[in-house]
Amino acid sequence: MLLCLFALPLLALLFRVPPASLLQRLGQPVVLEAVRLSLLTTAAATCLVVVLGLPVAYLVAMRSFPGKRMLEALIDLPMVLPPTVAGVGLLLAFGRAGLAGRVLAAGGISLPFTTAAVVLAQAFVAAPFFITTAAAGFREVEPRYLDAAATLRAGPGFALRHVLLPMSLPSLLAGAAMSWARALGEFGATITFAGNLPGRTQTMPLAVYIALQTDLDASVTLSVLLVLVSFSVLVLLRWAPGRLASFRARAPRPAS
Amino acid sequence: MGASLPASLTLALTLLSGAGRARAQSDLVTVFAAASLTEAFNELGRRFEREHPGTRVRFNYAGSQQLVLQLQQGAEADAFASADERWMRTAQEDGLLAGAPTLFARNRLVVIVPAGNPARVSALPDLARPGLKIVLAAEAVPAGRYTRQALDKLAGAAGFPADYAALVLANLVSEEDNVKAVATKVELGEADAGFVYRSDVRPGVARATKVLEIPNRYNVIAAYSIAPLRGSKHIALARRFVELVLGDSGQVVLERHGLTRRSASDTAAGRP
Repeated sequence: MLLCLFALPLLALLFRVPPASLLQRLGQPVVLEAVRLSLLTTAAATCLVVVLGLPVAYLVAMRSFPGKRMLEALIDLPMVLPPTVAGVGLLLAFGRAGLAGRVLAAGGISLPFTTAAVVLAQAFVAAPFFITTAAAGFREVEPRYLDAAATLRAGPGFALRHVLLPMSLPSLLAGAAMSWARALGEFGATITFAGNLPGRTQTMPLAVYIALQTDLDASVTLSVLLVLVSFSVLVLLRWAPGRLASFRARAPRPAS
Repeated sequence: MGASLPASLTLALTLLSGAGRARAQSDLVTVFAAASLTEAFNELGRRFEREHPGTRVRFNYAGSQQLVLQLQQGAEADAFASADERWMRTAQEDGLLAGAPTLFARNRLVVIVPAGNPARVSALPDLARPGLKIVLAAEAVPAGRYTRQALDKLAGAAGFPADYAALVLANLVSEEDNVKAVATKVELGEADAGFVYRSDVRPGVARATKVLEIPNRYNVIAAYSIAPLRGSKHIALARRFVELVLGDSGQVVLERHGLTRRSASDTAAGRP
């Protein structure tokens, strides 16, 4: 029954538009522009999440310190927070009249209504998916490998680069893919913090929502596209780790 | 345990939908109303509940276009108040109404700027200055359509460049999905200017913004109409709510919230 609840809306979307006209509608400017912007912003957001999230994941997985539980709760917060709340928070923090925004404005930087604001909103909601998965990956690496590296007088940086990162690579990739998919679907924080302007801040989910009121077919086309892409990512995630593992097994030992 | 999961789910769903229905059969009136009517209709709802003890009024506020979409998809409601005639006509053509719509109020567009006025906008022609951050309602939203019409009327008027509309639209940084969101972005000081209805300048917004009037000649005046809905389960109450909105006490409330009451000619015409 739960499966019906999941599958029926997706099937309804797919059946609404015949595949041939789906391809044709993909050429509509509003659709193309939203797709382009979504690809650009989600790629940037994922990079941001990986670069800024790696040290946090390392900290959470490998070190213990006072207040760690609080930090972990803070990291998970964006996952359960209504995205609109995230948007309001971002606006009050990084908006022109916001806490940090006033400092940025003094430097001539204004974030709201820009493509950068879209990236920031996406990174905000997507980061927990990467950090959680990456931290889990780090924890799975058996300490004896790291100990061995240390015995062989490898510095922590060397061990990180040649032992920890390669061994947790599947988790890192999975986390990056998860956060990319989450960024792709981001709506509430984006429309609240970045606004809605075609070509600049109107990503695919926003275009779906706005087109719903003017051009149902364009809306459904984008919806179908989002469903297909997101589903592919999730399928890939289930299929790829095994492949990666067997690839690594065949590859020469990294630290040798 | 495995067998009871679907059963309990069914039970939960039945309870959820049943709870809604049980209420609906008692005296709950659901009114779908344009977002710009929020404050005025909330007050009218309280008045209606006082006048009809035992009755509760529930509102669903959104852009008129969003409300029509919900009604088309089978949302249950008793009355619909639209901020523009086009969407009311759509509802009528789709057979959603139980009777002709009646014009009940008008609303004028104004420009609001943040109290701090960072972009130093002191008159309407300033809005064409490059680099401003202007927020409008999206074109599908009645307020957004009216705004674009008003800009077209202003283009070429005395003191305005011929390409005024294009210049202002070039400063557009966001098309909000309802007019309240426009007011919020200006209230927060994030946008330099926004086009909203007079009725959106409620006390909170008034404190944080300054209002620039758009002369009548160039303004596009929104015409609000209301009608009982065909799907209504208590049409008598729905009609009584419509009467309250049209009646003198209702009109006074609308006026207090920045709307313009309907004129004698509207009454004669009977419909928008």
